[in-house]
Amino acid sequence: MADQAEFADQAMEFMPALYSAALRMTRNPADAEDLVQETYLKAYRSFGGFQAGTNLRAWLYRILTNTFINSYRTRKRRPMETELDEGEDLHLFRRLGGLEAFAAARSAEDELMDWFTDAEVTGALESLPESFRIPVLLADVEGFSYKEIAEMLEIPIGTVMSRLHRGRKSLQKKLYTYALARGLTEPVPTEPVPTEPVPEDRSDS
Amino acid sequence: MADHHDHDHPAPDDTDCSDALAEIYTYLDGELTEERRALIAGHLAGCNPCIEAFDFEAELRIVISTRARRDAVPEELRIRILERLTMLTRGEAGGAGDGPRSGEPPAREA
Repeated sequence: MADQAEFADQAMEFMPALYSAALRMTRNPADAEDLVQETYLKAYRSFGGFQAGTNLRAWLYRILTNTFINSYRTRKRRPMETELDEGEDLHLFRRLGGLEAFAAARSAEDELMDWFTDAEVTGALESLPESFRIPVLLADVEGFSYKEIAEMLEIPIGTVMSRLHRGRKSLQKKLYTYALARGLTEPVPTEPVPTEPVPEDRSDS
Repeated sequence: MADHHDHDHPAPDDTDCSDALAEIYTYLDGELTEERRALIAGHLAGCNPCIEAFDFEAELRIVISTRARRDAVPEELRIRILERLTMLTRGEAGGAGDGPRSGEPPAREA
């Protein structure tokens, strides 16, 4: 049984991470602020039920996620998005020029961290449909386990895994387009390049 | 998963590159059973192309987690929430009534 008077002391430190997560979920600052505030007020009200000594961070994320899914989305009448940019199933690693090209292109100073900007990474993440974006956010940004994510989203672990798999592929595809656009890599044909049909000279006049 | 057999090298055990790459996420997520984890780790120990792919994925994960959480919390949001919480706490602690004035740092009752 946790003491509500101690809630602020314990929970305020998580606000930067929760705010970033809220931005990724809502994709705009005004809604993210509302979501974070609602999360803190809800958490305060139910803090009596929080078991001291358990994971406060996971508990707050659960409230954040639930609030976003249940009330925020309903209020905004935003339909569940499910469309995902899928297609070929290739790791970004391979798309970025394959093994040799990638190894050759990288030097000690050429860190992967410098390949993408904050805006590109958040943009790629936010481009994912919600049902993929949230698991990827919770796993890859926040580091929660499959089990924790399954509990937060109230879906089976197998569903968490498949959404992560597909969401990550799509995220990497988006990052690849940024890398391409900035000339960081050459386009890699993912299938045998179809030979251009040579138009027959039909000047049979 | 598509073809991952393009790096031709003899597999040192039953776990080949396609098995390893198929479980790359589960491995990096730390969610494999100990038995599977050990098999993949054994394969990685003898397969440079797979190690590079795993390293890349692990590094990309760090890039994503670092770059997607650097948004600064607006100061007025932080203050607003803190004020609301302070007000609620005071109210429930016996109704000090009027709550904190705007801009006032949250004070603890002695």
